[in-house]
Order: sequence, then structure tokens, then C-alpha cells
Amino acid sequence: MLALDAGPGRSEHDPNAMRILIIEDDRDAAEYLVKGLREVGHVADLAVDGEEGLQLALDNQYDVLVIDRMLPKLDGLSVIGTLRQKNIQTPALILSALGQVDDRVKGLRAGGDDYLPKPYAFSELLARIEVLSRRRGAPGEETVYRVGDLELDRLSHSVTRNNTEIVLQPREFRLLEYLMKHAGQVVTRTMLLENVWDYHFDPQTNVIDVHISRLRSKIDKGFARPLLHTVRGAGYVIRDGGR
Amino acid sequence: MTAVGKLIRTTAFKLSLAYLVVFALFAAFLLGYFAWNTRRLVTEQITQIVDAEISGLADQYRIGGIRRLALVVESRARRPGSSLYLVTTPTGEGIAGNVGSLPTGILDTPGWSETVYRRLDEGEDATHRAFVRVFQLPTGFRLLVGRDLEERQRLDDVVFSAARWSGAVVLVLGLLGGFFMARRMLRRVDAMTGTTRRIMAGDLSGRLPIAGTGDELDRLAENLNAMLERIEALMHGLKEVSDNIAHDLKTPLTRLRNRCEAALRNARSDEDYRSALESTIEESDHLISTFNALLMIARAESGQARDDMISFDAAEIAGDVAELYEPLAEESGLLLRQEVEPGLPVLGNRELVSQAIANLIDNAIKYAAPPAAVADGQASIIVSAHGEGDRVLLVVADNGPGIPEADRARAVERFVRLEQSRSAPGSGLGLSLAAAVARLHGGTLRLEDNGPGLRAMLDLPRAAADAPVADG
Repeated sequence: MLALDAGPGRSEHDPNAMRILIIEDDRDAAEYLVKGLREVGHVADLAVDGEEGLQLALDNQYDVLVIDRMLPKLDGLSVIGTLRQKNIQTPALILSALGQVDDRVKGLRAGGDDYLPKPYAFSELLARIEVLSRRRGAPGEETVYRVGDLELDRLSHSVTRNNTEIVLQPREFRLLEYLMKHAGQVVTRTMLLENVWDYHFDPQTNVIDVHISRLRSKIDKGFARPLLHTVRGAGYVIRDGGR
Repeated sequence: MTAVGKLIRTTAFKLSLAYLVVFALFAAFLLGYFAWNTRRLVTEQITQIVDAEISGLADQYRIGGIRRLALVVESRARRPGSSLYLVTTPTGEGIAGNVGSLPTGILDTPGWSETVYRRLDEGEDATHRAFVRVFQLPTGFRLLVGRDLEERQRLDDVVFSAARWSGAVVLVLGLLGGFFMARRMLRRVDAMTGTTRRIMAGDLSGRLPIAGTGDELDRLAENLNAMLERIEALMHGLKEVSDNIAHDLKTPLTRLRNRCEAALRNARSDEDYRSALESTIEESDHLISTFNALLMIARAESGQARDDMISFDAAEIAGDVAELYEPLAEESGLLLRQEVEPGLPVLGNRELVSQAIANLIDNAIKYAAPPAAVADGQASIIVSAHGEGDRVLLVVADNGPGIPEADRARAVERFVRLEQSRSAPGSGLGLSLAAAVARLHGGTLRLEDNGPGLRAMLDLPRAAADAPVADG
């Protein structure tokens, strides 16, 4: 096991810091992940085979598990299956080099919460991990989402900013709903495509960007404080003010 | 294994042997039944004759007493034939007849018995078998009438020799036939084995020999040949795909490597390195998406995706994908319109069909969009879905420059981009993926003239009403 602590004095103070278990047999890839997660303030443990990973996951409290699909000794799906049998519901993200539609479906059916085909961008993985951990804490099932003076009512399907009604197309509403559900967290284009449109393919052109810019023109135009921000090289985030 | 041993182990030989045994048993049964029946018949005949003679002689006895009986017996005994007569005194002394000697005790058992005897006019050592009946006369005299069994013996001999000969003939013919058939079979199987060995050694063009008799071995060979045909085609396809992948991934990989080398050689500042790294990441992302598209095409072409086919509404998918691309089209100065007829069930892979439509729309936006060049003002893309009999037609039509007829077939090949400049982004796999998806679903991708522009049509079979329905 490789336990790499978070940066000095950061994890104890940062309320957003997470404890993450990475089960991945490719040491290079794993250490790259651990290092990347540490740099943004998380604590990461590493197991290099399925059995070790299962033991760590059983013995410790983690916020998120990142599990490679193909592992020595015990494959990733079995690890998740065993954990779920023992009623351990820690969110799990599956990494897989197989990366095809039915493979993703199999992974999610086995109890995984999200699925990321290899090769992936670190920003994509980070965004997904953060969304997963938040899912556990606050289920995000409130009826009204608020970010600054922007309000979205999920029951009446209405959106107001500064008490002025904003008219959105159904798809724009779902886009904004997803962004606000994960307010303060970066969501990637792929996540939007998967969760708002339910597509799991590569649309070749960045179609999402155009949808975002339409949405932005509806909710931010004419207001002094923009809420919908672009995170370069990663995706988008909706939040009130900079961090 | 010796040649004979090999022959004996063949199924043909074993079968012949089994038939031989069954046939021999049948012949034995037939002969036995025949022999038993004739023997019974002969015995019955003898009984009848003897009975008739005894009752005739008894009449003579009643008429003329023992003297007359003796006279009649004596005269009958002298006639040639196989009949036996003997009249004895109560003490067993013969007074008339043609029987010389009998085993003791025969005369004391009245009724029927089978016995050996010697004729009166024969030497000591001649013995015959006879079927005799002893009749007790009221005065203590005894009358024996019988019939020689030589006739029956001859019959038995005939049957026995028939059995022997036919047995020998059956055995010889059976063995010869078995050997012949086994050898014939063995020759054909050996020829097949030889061919299979050559095929296993790598010569996939080999085919099993067909004798032309249309028998079961021929049918097997024909089926195996059809299988070999398919395997050869698949192997050929696989080789082509791997050649293509090797070629088409190596080119961008080389570009990537060159770019890194150039950066190492020329970069002076952090800013230079950063931009070199960024373009490297961009290039590798592009490689990944090319690779994904290739995998998807391979998957669609191998028919692997058939496993998880469900029934879904193609109209809904066309509408959804059009909606996804609508803002992008608008940004490129194009009007994207939908003409979707609701309720078009298709049995297939929803994800792949979505991707195919997306590729067609993406293509239309990229290649058919020089807005300034359109005469009537508005460059537009029309995404339509409608049913036509048992077909579902998903059409993406634009009024851009289109594809010249001569180039249309080439356009769906892998990595073909018709415009030379290669300025538009994309892997060049969009149309070929759409075509592969259409083939997977038992349909076609048709490229037609939209006068002006391109009409790309996915022609898919409409699903039956009772097909499995997508959950959720």
C-alpha cells in the first residue's frame, strides 16, 4: 500500500478534502492519480490488486473509490459486488480500458456509480470524483436550488434571477438543473452530455459549448455578477463569486 | 497402426460387421424355422401312413387271424420301399416281416418310438433309424409297423449344408463389403484430413474434396467448405482492418512525435513549452477519438453489438440529436429544421444509431456550410424521419455543395475526406461509421443528390410491434 498524505496542513482544514481509495494495478497511472489528487488537497490510498483494495475498502472509511476494471487477483466489478453485498455504499467510479457502451452498462449494473473509459483527462476524473462524493453527503434532492440570486424551482419548472422570471427551453432547464445540483463543482462536457442528454458517445464537435453559451446569455446577460463560469481545460461551474 | 488395423477401426467396417451378424442371425432363424417345420410335416406324414397300415393289418387279423396277418405282412415286406413290418409271438420271436433286429425293449413299449434297426437282408453292422409303432394283438402277438427315417435324414442334411454354405457366403461377402466400404470411406476421410492439415498449417484457401455423390460426407464437406469460406473472409477483413488501423494511427502518432521533438529542439521559453504541450494533448485527444471511432466501426461490423438490441423510437432519437446540434448549426449560420413523424420503432442499438445521426448532422454542418454561397439566402439542414412501408428513413439533407456522384461510394470508406485542404476538424470516419451502423441494423446508408446539396439517408428496417421494448 502506498499512502500519500495530502499537502502539509491542508486536508485537516479544507472542508472539501476527501479520502479516496484508488485500486489500480498500473503503478505509473496510479501514482499520477495520487499525486494529482494530493495537489488539489485530497488524501489518497493506493492498492495495486483487487484483494488488497477490497481489504482497504472494508477496513477504512472512504469518500470515493476509484477502481480499475481489470485487476490482478480480484477484478474490479467483483470488488464492488462484494462491497455492496456487505452493504458498503461508498460511491465507486470504474475505470476501464474497454470503454464500450455495453461494458459501461455492465459496470453500472455491478454497483458502480460512474464509469470513465481510459484514457481519461485528469480534470474529467477529478470532476466526477467530486460530484460522486457530494452525492453521498447531500443528496441534492431539494425542490429549489439557489446560487446567488438565481433560483430554480424543480416542481414548478420555473427559473428566476433577482426575482425576474427567465424562460428556458426544456433542455436548457435540465442543463441548468444539473449545473445547479452540483453548484460549486466543475462539471465536464462529457458529464453534461451523459446526464442531460443521456448520450455516451463522442459528438466530435463541441456541441455542448454552444448550449452553454445560449444558457449563459439567458441567465447572466445584463447582470453584473456572472454565475456560469468556464473552467479552462475542464468544463463549467456555476457558483456565486470566485473562489 | 497398421493399414488393416486402421481399416478395421473405421465406422464403415464396424457397421458392416454389425449388419453381418444381424443378417446371419436372421438367415439362421429362417433356415431353422424351415427345417423344424418340414421335419414336423414329414413326421406327421409318417404317422398317418403307419396308422393307416396298422388299421388295414388289424382288419386282416380280424378276418383271418394270425396266419393271414403273417401272410399279408410277408407280402408287403417284400415290396421295395421304406416301410418296416414285424409280427412276433408273445415271447418276441419274429414270424413275419423285414426287420432283422431291434434294440431290446422296443417291442415291450406299445405306441410310438424312434429307434435304430437292422433289416433282415443286411449284414450285422448296417443300422438305420426308423419311426415305429407297436400294436398289441389280443392273442399276445405283437405287430410292429414303421417307416425308415432316411428321407428325413436327407432333408436334415440338405438344410444343414444350406446353412453352412449360406453362412460362408454371408461371411465372405460381408467381410469383403465391409473392407471395401471402409476403404472407400477411409480414402475420402484421409483426403479430408490432408486438406484440413494444410488449412491448419496456414493455407486458408484449401477446400475439402467433394465426391459429387451428394451423400452425408459430401454434405458435411460442403458445410465445412462454407465455414472455411466465411473464416477466410473474416480473416481477410481482420487483416485489412489491422492494416488500416496501423496505417491510420501511425500517421498521427508520427505527427505527435515530430511535434514533441520540434518543441525540444526549438522551444525557448516556458510559454513555448506550454503551447507545445497543449498541442500535444490536443493531438492525442484527436487520436483517442479516432481510435474510439475505429473501435466502434469494428464493433458494428463484427455484429457484436447485436447482443444488446432493443426496440426504440428512431423519430425521438432523430429529434433529440437534431436538437443537440441545432445551436451549433445556428452559430455556423445554418438553419436546422426537423420534420419528424412520430412513432418509428427500430430494433437496434440506440447509442450507435444516435451516433450515426449525429455524424450525419455534424458532417452537414461542417461541409455544407458556406452560407454566402447559397443563392436563395438561407443555408439550411433538414433532419427528417419518416416511415415507408416496413422501412424507417432517417434523412439529413443540406443545400450545400454536396458530393459529386463519382465520389459518393468513396465517401463512406474509412478516412476518406473529399476536400483536399483538410481544414475542417474530424477523423474522416463519420460517414463510414454511419454506414457500418446501418449495415449492423440490416439497412443501408444512401448518399443522394439534394439538388443542390447532399441527402444522406439511413434506411433501417422497421421493428415488429412485439419486439422487446427499451426500459426507461
